[in-house]
Order: sequence, then structure tokens, then C-alpha cells
Amino acid sequence: MSTWEAVVAIVGLALVTIVTRSFFLIPDREVPLPGWVKQGLRYAPLAALAAVVAPELVMSQGHLIHTLKDARLYAALTSTAYFFWRRDILGTILTGTADAGTAAGPRLVKPGETAGS
Amino acid sequence: MTELSEAPAAAVWRHPEFRRGAKEMVGVALGIAAWGLVTGVAMTKSGLGVPLSVLMSLIVFAGSSQLASLPLIASGAPLWVVWATSFCVNLRFVIFSAQWRPYFGGLSRFKRIALGYFTADLNYVIFMRRFPEPRPSPEQVPYFLGGVATNWFAWQVPSMVGIFLADSIPTQWGIGFAGTLALLGLTYSLLSDRASWISAIVAACAAVAAYALPLKLNIVVAIAAAVAVGLVIDHTSQRPALPEEDLT
Repeated sequence: MSTWEAVVAIVGLALVTIVTRSFFLIPDREVPLPGWVKQGLRYAPLAALAAVVAPELVMSQGHLIHTLKDARLYAALTSTAYFFWRRDILGTILTGTADAGTAAGPRLVKPGETAGS
Repeated sequence: MTELSEAPAAAVWRHPEFRRGAKEMVGVALGIAAWGLVTGVAMTKSGLGVPLSVLMSLIVFAGSSQLASLPLIASGAPLWVVWATSFCVNLRFVIFSAQWRPYFGGLSRFKRIALGYFTADLNYVIFMRRFPEPRPSPEQVPYFLGGVATNWFAWQVPSMVGIFLADSIPTQWGIGFAGTLALLGLTYSLLSDRASWISAIVAACAAVAAYALPLKLNIVVAIAAAVAVGLVIDHTSQRPALPEEDLT
């Protein structure tokens, strides 16, 4: 891809961000959605989070991990314990990261494998 | 895209809800920063070059979409393939946008689109936790802006560090894992009644089971499954589920 083609690709990607994030906000009149859809959507935020987190914890290269020695499992357990003890997210991150750093398991997630925001 | 700050009332920065929105985002900002750094490194290492990486970070502003499109741009895929891939990876935002309507439907179209553009996943999650009732109120926009401003800096600053220092940041650190742990903590903070526990477990299982789907469509499948299960629980338990004790 030439530089200019890459610029066009990137500008197009920015438009995709705008369109997808504001999709149902773009029309001036509200798009009618059935009542059950609106009611059910209250489960969407939690579902989206759980869906991003779960594979990051139990999968590696597209397969379920098959060893209990994976450092991520211990980090997740430590983090979970800390969260329900203190209810504090920052501490949850630090506890799990510290644990992952000292555990003698296989390597952690490499950049590029994460879901991003 | 910086016009957003002038769009609502000029005093929005001093509104107490702006500070509250910012503060509630700081709790997960470390995780956002970790992902921003990882994404910045990935952009430079894909061969995009520093100027285009900076452009992409600043205007595309969507980590998973950026990571999905990098190999396609590097391999010279047709433009429509790059854009269609990004659209599919972003499908969850389309679902989220339906929920913004009751809160922001009364604003002008420009403001609605501007607010939508700045809404990363965690802004959506944290806003819905703060305002679960879908009706507008004056403190929502300041709260929202406090959250998106924090998120923007927590993402863009580390992303720039990653772009410019890509070669000196060791990739075996597992920095991205800090982001996963931030999401884990946030997930736990949303668990309240029995229905939320069950729908979260269903979503987690569905996301793992459907992981082989391309374009992160496993996340869309997981949301659909969790919404379906949530609706079934709502309908079988007559009234909205009563809050129960945590299972801890």
C-alpha cells in the first residue's frame, strides 16, 4: 500500500469509528426498537466485558489452555480474591500484575493478542 | 474532533459531575494505558511508520479496530476489506449506540455524533453503571465528558509513547495483561443480582466457545446470548429480579 493509500485507509477507519459508535444516534428520529430489545440491552455492558475478558484468561493462540501452570490463572485468582476483599479496581490490577510477574508459569500475553478498547 | 469541549456549556469542566466522571474512570485508567501502549508498539512494528501511526491513533481511536486493520494494511489488502473488517470488529458499538438514544436523543445531531465518537467501551460501561435509568438528566453530559476526557488521555499518551519508543519496549512483559485485569475488576463491579451473574457466565462461555469466529464476532454472539438469557430470567421471575447477596 502506498503512503497515500494508507492515509485513505486510515481516514476511512476513522469514519467507521464515527459511524459504528454513533449508529443509532445519527438519525434525527428515534429508530423504533421493540420493547424487549430495549429491556434486554441492560445486560449488554456486562456481557461485552465478560466476553472480552474470558478468552484472554483461559485461551492461548486460539485454544483453551491445557496446563494449570499458566501464570494468567494465578494472576486472575489473586485479582479476584483482592477485588472481593477490597472492591477496588486499581488494587485488583496491581495485585494480579505483581502475581503474574513472580509466578513461574509460561509467558504472559504478548502485545497484539489483547482485545484493546 | 477537539470542538467537543465547546459543544456543551463552557462551564462543563467545573461541574462536579465532570470531576466525578473523571474520577470513576481513573480506577481503570491503568488498564486503558496498558492497552494504549501495546497498541502503539504494534502500530510501529507493523511497518506503518511513525507519522501514519500517530495519525491512526489520533483519528481512528479504537484499539481493537486498529489492531485488526494493521496486518491488512501491511499486506496491501483492498480498502473495502480493511473497512469492512473494522466495521465488524466495531459491531458491539452499534449495539451500545441504541442505548445512548434515551440519554442523548435530545441533543443536536452534531453533538450526538461527537459524543458517540468519543465513547470507548469502558465509558459506556461506567456510564450505564452510574445512570441505569434510561431517561435524560442535566448531570449526564458533564459526567460523560469527564469520563471520555480521562479515557482519551489515558489512551493517547501511552499510545504515543508506544509509537515513538516501540523498539525499546520489551514485548515479553505482558503489559496487555494489566488491561485484562482492569476489565476483570470492572466486570466484578457490575455483578449484582442473580440475573447478572448468570448472564455474565453465559457471555463468558459463549465468547470462549465461539472464539474461532473471525473478526471478534464471538463478542457479538456472547452479547446476544447473554441478552437472551437475561430476558428469559426477567420473564420467569415475574418482577425485576430482587437484589441478592453476592456469592462471596
